[in-house]
Amino acid sequence: MKSVRLDHVTKMFGKSIGVHDVDIQINSGEFFTFLGPSGCGKTTTLRIIAGFYFPTKGKVYFDGDDVTGLKPNKRNIGMVFQNYALFPHMTVFENIAFGLEVRKLSKREIKEKVERAQKFVRLEGYGDRKITELSGGQQQRVALARALVIEPDILLLDEPLSNLDAKLRDETRVEIKRLQVELGITTIYVTHDQHEAMAMSDRIMVMNQGKIQQIGTPQEIYNKPVNHFVASFIGETNIIKADVIKVTDTHITVDIGQGTLLTGLRENSSPQLDFEKEKQVILSIRPEMINAGEGTNPLEGIIQLSEFTGMSINYLVKAGDHELKVMIVNAGTEVLGRGDSIKLHIPESGIYFMSEKR
Amino acid sequence: MTNSSGAPASKQNAWQKMTQSKYFVYVLISPLVLVLFAYVIYPLYKTFAQSVFDQEGALTFGNYLSFFTTEANLESLFNSVFISIVSVITCAIVGVGMAFLLNRYEFPGRKILSVFVLVPMALPPLIGAISFSFLYGNSGIFPRLFQYIFQLEDVPFAVEGIWGIIVVHTFTMYPYFYLSASAAIRGLDLSLEEAATSLGANRVTIWRKIILPMLTPAMVASSLLVFMISMASYTAPLMFGVERVMTMAITLSRTNGNLDMAATQSTILSMVSIAFLILMTWYQNRRNYQSQSKGVGVHRTEVRSSRIKYIAAVLSTIGVIILMLPIMVIALISFAVDGEWTTQIIPTKYTLDHYIELFTDSRTWGPIKNSIQMSIFAVIGNIIFGVAAAYAMVRFQFKGKVFMDILIMVPWALPGTVVAVNLISAFSEPSVFSLNQVLVGTFWILPLAYFVRQLPLVFRNTQASLIQMDDSIEEAAQSLGATWWYSFRRVVFPIIMPGILAGTLLAFVQGLTEFVASILLYSPQTMPLSVGIWNRMYAFQFGTACAYGVLQTVLIIVVLLVNEKIKGDSNQTGASLG
Ligand SMILES: Nc1ncnc2c1ncn2[C@@H]1O[C@H](COP(=O)(O)OP(=O)(O)OP(=O)(O)O)[C@@H](O)[C@H]1O
Ligand SMILES: [Mg+2]
Repeated sequence: MKSVRLDHVTKMFGKSIGVHDVDIQINSGEFFTFLGPSGCGKTTTLRIIAGFYFPTKGKVYFDGDDVTGLKPNKRNIGMVFQNYALFPHMTVFENIAFGLEVRKLSKREIKEKVERAQKFVRLEGYGDRKITELSGGQQQRVALARALVIEPDILLLDEPLSNLDAKLRDETRVEIKRLQVELGITTIYVTHDQHEAMAMSDRIMVMNQGKIQQIGTPQEIYNKPVNHFVASFIGETNIIKADVIKVTDTHITVDIGQGTLLTGLRENSSPQLDFEKEKQVILSIRPEMINAGEGTNPLEGIIQLSEFTGMSINYLVKAGDHELKVMIVNAGTEVLGRGDSIKLHIPESGIYFMSEKR
Repeated sequence: MTNSSGAPASKQNAWQKMTQSKYFVYVLISPLVLVLFAYVIYPLYKTFAQSVFDQEGALTFGNYLSFFTTEANLESLFNSVFISIVSVITCAIVGVGMAFLLNRYEFPGRKILSVFVLVPMALPPLIGAISFSFLYGNSGIFPRLFQYIFQLEDVPFAVEGIWGIIVVHTFTMYPYFYLSASAAIRGLDLSLEEAATSLGANRVTIWRKIILPMLTPAMVASSLLVFMISMASYTAPLMFGVERVMTMAITLSRTNGNLDMAATQSTILSMVSIAFLILMTWYQNRRNYQSQSKGVGVHRTEVRSSRIKYIAAVLSTIGVIILMLPIMVIALISFAVDGEWTTQIIPTKYTLDHYIELFTDSRTWGPIKNSIQMSIFAVIGNIIFGVAAAYAMVRFQFKGKVFMDILIMVPWALPGTVVAVNLISAFSEPSVFSLNQVLVGTFWILPLAYFVRQLPLVFRNTQASLIQMDDSIEEAAQSLGATWWYSFRRVVFPIIMPGILAGTLLAFVQGLTEFVASILLYSPQTMPLSVGIWNRMYAFQFGTACAYGVLQTVLIIVVLLVNEKIKGDSNQTGASLG
């Protein structure tokens, strides 16, 4: 299994930016995800690794070897395309065997390996089927088997689940993760679905407008977003502008308007934030961090919307100038309705401080 | 793969640098440009040069001046334009009328009529004209039949002259209108009409406001096409002896030895054709294709009254007979003993000899063999050029792409007569593009002419299948380790094969039935099939001529059916791949 390093890679399409100054190290055996909104440059980065784009600037290394100028067919990568890109004129067996034939393996070896791969993706007995006779999920698994059977050094997956329906997506997600863990293969996964990213990845790179926003484990990204974009892109959150009132070694107190003060932990702040310089900050408060009842950082508000989902009760609460999303775990408490007033409190650890600058 | 990099990295980098260079695609497309230049632009230019330079090489517009001051030339131009305009109108009436009848009404005989309505497309160009003169000409079967029935001095009517040309044009070209109007009608969203009715609109308003506007794009495109083909028409004027049209004027100038005037007339006709091609391309790019609503079955109004049903059945039968008559008359005469059919209504003596001769008499077999050989050579060229050009146009980005697209279509827009004149101008003396040989008068000039005339066929069909093919399929093959050539051979080629095959078959039968350019370019040793037909007609050997004609027609029908099948099969896989 190989590690991948992108050394300050930039790709321009004419005058417009595909990706800008991407600098990452992906470890051998790691499940690494590119996450970001449409058009942020995920596919572009993936295609640079695959060799389909030549970077305008920067270098690509596999295990320390410079592969920037290496053609895609010499990189020994397995790639699964968003639309699978299966060869329509070939059977399942022929599709999976393609990469092995290119490598000039003997007929016997090819048969053995293809059958093993078919078993791996649970498509035994489908060898003679035409691609058109398969369901979407099955096609997806053929694509996966075709990419894996060549024993690639790196597996690249570009939104492999986006064409599947919700149930199949969950199943296949588990499947991909199982295969990746069993084979221990370095995997780079592209998605714009944060749940997928959180559930599968060792580390996630969040991108926006061609630039890296943050790289980290799912917990880091979720709990310690570096900026407004990451905080609001990953999971739901309340973003509030605030003025810094008091800074101590351990605590920060801010005013969120109309004299309402909130106090949080100083360690719960993004590394980019410098309390010495910035007097205006942004708070990110996850809905599940806000509790009903009395406690630290008390707030009062009027319920605008009330939604019962079974597992939780979601409120939209108007508190002062702010509309707060609040999620309360259903413990059999009474569900309040629109117009009711509610008392809320936020534990100090539930408040996250970020710089106003992006 | 583990130690692939290292020493060769710098070499790879150099290669990568070159292939990644913006200008590399120009290296790749240069052979295509060269072919287009050598066999389309250069010949076109040589004709043009002949029309504007005199013997000493000085620029002169004398030829054009004399063209526009000679009454015969002006009359030719006028006739060509007149015939074309009237042909557009008559084809539109028949084609659109048929389209509405067959797509909107249910009546006895509809099914059979809608199969036979496309029969004229199966007629080889020369055979269409010949069959009409056999059927409705001055000494044709029907005029004589009526003369006999009513015991008249002279035939009561005959299809001849300019109106004869128009009748033949209408019969052979209304399918263009029929096909495009049918597609448009099927694409009409019925709920639109129903919505309009529910809003209180009456039939006239619905026609004016909904149906006509939706039909306009199809009508405009077909009108331009029919106009262009009519301007280029040569066989019908030849058959009906109308000398005052542009194409005939060109050949007459040539036979009279006035090559400069022929070049001038050719250039003028080329300009008209190319102008129309550009107009058509522009119109097609401009018009926005509205997605045709799928799955909505066309709703047909059923004819209820039993009297109208009866009339409809009779008319459908007559329609089918009229559509089949040309093929039937050719088939009939192919059995007639040569020279025995003089003043009778239909031939009286029949024989199988002509068919036996086709394959046994070397004199009769010669033209067939020539045509097959020459078409094969032309088609091989078409495949190589067509596939490469289609691949380049779909996959590469380069400047001048639109221009190249039009350039590939130019030979299709040029009248066959003009293509022939251009090739004669260019290759009656040695040139680099003919490997320093004189091509005119040799075997090779004909395959070259066919190659040029059919240039767009393989190209267009291959291009269509390539566009349908997803880019990522090729990338998938590469990511699995395939080289460009391996993935082209194993993946791209099999997928676009149906398109290539369809184009190739069409090009092949076009070669086998080509007449207009052939008649100007052939030499006795290289006489092709259609010229054979013409010469036999001229020698009153109607039987042999028609046996050749039946052969051509059968080939066309086979190819059309095979192509239908190929299309059906590839649509099936294409559709389910979604
Ligand atoms: N071949 C290309 N030519 C020109 N611009 C391109 C090309 N490929 C991508 N881009 C541009 O580069 C940017 C990044 O595109 P990319 O395909 O990497 O986005 P993405 O993150 O994969 O988005 P999506 O989620 O929609 O697939 C976009 O603005 C896109 O328009
Ligand atoms: Mg993408």
